Amino acid sequence: MSTTTPTTRKRTFPYTLQIEKRVEDIPRWLPAATSFGSVIIAFIIAGIILKLIGGQPLVVLRFFFDATFGSWPVISDTLVKATPLMMVGLACTVAFKMKLWNIGAEGQFYIGAFAASLVVLVPLVGPETPRFIVITMMVIMGMLGGAIWGFFPGYLKARYQVNEIITTLMLNYVAILWNNFWIFDRWSDAGFQMTPVFEKNAWLPRLADYAREISAFSGITLHLGILFGVVAAVVVWWILERSRWGYEIKLIGDNPNAAKYAGINITRNVVFVMMLSGGLAGLAGMAEVSGVVHRLQERISPGYGFTGIIVAWLAKLNPFAVILVSILFGALIVAGREIQPAGLSNLLQGIVLFMVISSDVLLRYKIRLVRL
Amino acid sequence: MDPIIILHAGLATGTILLFAAIGEIFAERAGILNLGVEGMMLLGAMAGFSTSLSTGSPWVGLIVAMLAGGIISLAHGLVTIHFQADQVVSGLSLTFLGTGLALVLGEGLTGQNPPLVPSFSIPLLSQIPVIGPIFFFDHSLLVYVGYLFAPLAWYYIHRTRPGMHLRAVGEKPEAADTMGINVYRLRYMYVFVGGCLAGLAGATISLSVSPGWYSTQTTSGQGWIAVGLVIFAQWDPLRAALGGYLFGALRRGILDLQGPATLFGFRNPLFVNSNFGFFLQMMPFILTIIALVVGSRAVARKRLGAPAALGVPYIRGERGL
Repeated sequence: MSTTTPTTRKRTFPYTLQIEKRVEDIPRWLPAATSFGSVIIAFIIAGIILKLIGGQPLVVLRFFFDATFGSWPVISDTLVKATPLMMVGLACTVAFKMKLWNIGAEGQFYIGAFAASLVVLVPLVGPETPRFIVITMMVIMGMLGGAIWGFFPGYLKARYQVNEIITTLMLNYVAILWNNFWIFDRWSDAGFQMTPVFEKNAWLPRLADYAREISAFSGITLHLGILFGVVAAVVVWWILERSRWGYEIKLIGDNPNAAKYAGINITRNVVFVMMLSGGLAGLAGMAEVSGVVHRLQERISPGYGFTGIIVAWLAKLNPFAVILVSILFGALIVAGREIQPAGLSNLLQGIVLFMVISSDVLLRYKIRLVRL
Repeated sequence: MDPIIILHAGLATGTILLFAAIGEIFAERAGILNLGVEGMMLLGAMAGFSTSLSTGSPWVGLIVAMLAGGIISLAHGLVTIHFQADQVVSGLSLTFLGTGLALVLGEGLTGQNPPLVPSFSIPLLSQIPVIGPIFFFDHSLLVYVGYLFAPLAWYYIHRTRPGMHLRAVGEKPEAADTMGINVYRLRYMYVFVGGCLAGLAGATISLSVSPGWYSTQTTSGQGWIAVGLVIFAQWDPLRAALGGYLFGALRRGILDLQGPATLFGFRNPLFVNSNFGFFLQMMPFILTIIALVVGSRAVARKRLGAPAALGVPYIRGERGL
């Protein structure tokens, strides 16, 4: 970015790129356009890689659309996968706004699922408790579990300046192993690596439950959790854009020194934001056990916590954009289960994220093609 | 539970962390935080393994592994050095990219048996009591390379002119630029070096220490542990090497706790119920967190360690942030 003057190279190509720093405001449409363009270009690059290793990109693309948006049941599947991504994406959004790098949403998701399952497995409620109460308790426990898992790295960061990236990441592994112990040992269902199926009063309502009244709903697995995601998006938006706390979060993220001089308590914010972030990820874990698997088992997450990072970034940390982006990535996960080779959706996610952060340069600089 | 076996194994697994952590030290000393170590390692592990399989030469495998790690790290270099993107997010994308590429290209490698990097004992030195069997007996060539590499890296960074340039670029790039050092070029170079070493660390796993390709289980988070080790080591290659070995030995020792039926005269709960092993498997990650707390406190107390310009993009002609 350092050179703005055209070089005196041979002019076989009589144009040059002129790069200048943006001084005026960024056009409103540009961030969305760069995100959209990033996804398109990432698909093209992934297609080229697929072609090079001997695949058929167009067939895969066609399959991708059929498997994710082709009919009502698969659209529902896509939305079911988008549900945890929304909440995890929001978890990352809150933390990243403060430049607090919570990479531990995956672990917070697992602990949230674990804590929500405690309600049923300990059990904290009697067998005939109404569904509304059981679900409410599971929501509270799930968020609490995630928040506790977020508290540790937040506290270490605030108290000892311990790099939160590594601690959150290490706690991911710890959380998964912790869950495994309970699944394999204490709550194992007849030696299988999963707990017994929860009673129906711990299931989030699904559209399929109303198939008797409305026949179009039969086999549609979409559950109430998606509303949790939408409500969470509104709440996060309100916190960030309308509350004093959100103002503090954004100020710390943009300029920690100014925040310090303004008398904002950074230490406390680090801990609280980490807990809010963890709580949202924990809620995602609760929605997944209560809405989809209905038991605690191994691998309840195919890496939602990590995909949430990309979702947040692609949405440019805008809570409502998170909803849209998570639907796209939900589709990637649905298709990724069946597309070979298996790592393709991983690869695509990596390229998308690279494209997004590279395209940010367009927000900071104006790049024009100029005739020499 | 033989201490000699534990230390011997610790040196082998520690070598993985040694290469990865010293690579990261080079990049961070130049001011570029590269969190993509896990991805570069996995790609290196896959590249080394499959190259050794197809060419029949583990040496070509090691070279290709290093190049694979180095080349993919240049994506991080481009995005952070020229596009001034956030180094944390870019590093994460590198992890995704490296992992994804490794999984796609590594399809069908599981269960194959390529030629591995040879292990041998060093004559005479391996005869020394206690020290010989730990340090010089039946180790992979890469372990011996590690012994030499850590002090050399230290010497390079602290005692040579290019090493001084490296530190200058990471501490005060404006000043380095004024002195005629090409900040951009050096940053690219050391990001590349870091990537090569991460690739080598990956190949150290797949071609030597625990041979095989087990998709993401191959590295199982060791890249991240290496990033943590850099802070623990306060950006010093020798400390990184020691930390790596210590970590490797602790890890092995903890896993060995599962073996005996009795411990210190008591019934071993880990032997009775193997599910307690999950808690043992948590230990490396918890140890990393503890090591980080210790390292971070030392850094905060001594006010040294982290390169001053770490994570800050350098824009020529503009004042730093």
